[in-house]
Amino acid sequence: MTDWLFEPWPWWIAGPAIGLTVPLLLVVGNRMLGISGNLRATCAAVAPGKADFFRFDWKRVAGWNLLFALGIGIGGLLAVTFLGGGGEVAVSDATRADLAALGITSAEGLAPAEVFSWSGLLSVRGLVMLVLGGFLVGFGASYAGGCTSGHAIMGLADLQLPSLVAVIGFFAGGLAVTHFVLPLLFGGAP
Amino acid sequence: MSSTGTAALPAPSETGASPVGLRTGLFYLLAGAWFGVVLTKAEVISWFRIQEMFRFQAPHMYLIIASAIGVAAISLALVRRFVPRSVTGEAIHVPAKQWGKGVRYPLGGTIFGAGWALTGACPGPLFALVGSGLTVVTVVILSALIGTWSYGHLRPRLPH
Repeated sequence: MTDWLFEPWPWWIAGPAIGLTVPLLLVVGNRMLGISGNLRATCAAVAPGKADFFRFDWKRVAGWNLLFALGIGIGGLLAVTFLGGGGEVAVSDATRADLAALGITSAEGLAPAEVFSWSGLLSVRGLVMLVLGGFLVGFGASYAGGCTSGHAIMGLADLQLPSLVAVIGFFAGGLAVTHFVLPLLFGGAP
Repeated sequence: MSSTGTAALPAPSETGASPVGLRTGLFYLLAGAWFGVVLTKAEVISWFRIQEMFRFQAPHMYLIIASAIGVAAISLALVRRFVPRSVTGEAIHVPAKQWGKGVRYPLGGTIFGAGWALTGACPGPLFALVGSGLTVVTVVILSALIGTWSYGHLRPRLPH
C-alpha cells in the first residue's frame, strides 16, 4: 500500500517534515534553516562588485546553503519523476472561481501556463510577474534578512519578534498584490 | 534592541563556522532533496496554492506552516536542552535577530511578500519549480539574484 506516496501529501506530513529540518540542520552542522542566503552567496561568488555585503567567506558561511538549494532542485525533479508530483492542484472551489474571474481557468500543473512559460514571459504580465516578481523576492528577502524559511519557520519557532514583524510584512505585500495588482495584470493589459 | 546603525548589523548567515566537507556537503544536498520532495508533493511550490493562501480560502498552507513552526519550536527547545554541540563539533547557537531601527523587517518583508504573491514562490520553491521542469523559473531566480545584488549595493543607503 504505497498509493498515498503518489497522491498529494497532506499537511500533517509536510508541515512536520519541514519543521524537522530545523533540528536536523542545527544538530548536524550548527546551521539555521534559511534559504535566501544562497542568493547572497551566489552574488558573492559571481559578482561581488563594491558591496561589503558580498565581501565575506561565502564558501565557509553559505556553502551549505548552495548545496541545500541544489538539493531542493533535485528534490523537485525526483518528486515529479518518481512520485507523481506536479499534477493538477486541488485548490478550493472559491479560489478556482476567483481565478476564473481573472481569466485563469486551468489549475493544470503547478502554475498557470499562460504566464509560467517561455512564451508567457514575453508579455507585460509575464515580465511583471516573473522578472519584477523575482527581483522583489531577492531584494525583499535580503533586506528583511530572511524569507519564508528563515523568518516564518525558523524565526517564529524561536519566538523572535523581528521575524513576526517580517512575516506580517510578507502578508501585507502579498495581500496588496493579490487584491490590487493581479486584477490589473489579468484584467487590463495582455 | 538598541539601534546601532547599518554597519554594526550582523550579516544574516554568519553563524556556522566550520567549512563544508565531503560528508557534510552530501548531507546538505540530501537534506535539500528531501525538503524539495516535500515542498513539491505537498504543492507548496504551486502558484495556485499561494493564491489560495493569500485569499484565505483553504487551511492547507496555514496548517503546513503552523505545524512546521510547532515541530520546529519543540525541537529547538529539545536541542537547546540536550544537544550542546553539533556533529561538526560547534557549540550550537541560535543568535537573536537585531532589531536595529526597526525598518528592515516591515519594509523588506512587504517587498518580499509582493514578490511572493507575483511569482507564487519564495526562494525554496523556486529551485524545486525548476527541478520539476518549469525551466522558465530560471528567469525568476536570475531576477532574484539581481534583486539581491541591487540590495547589496544600496545597503549602506537604506534604513535598517
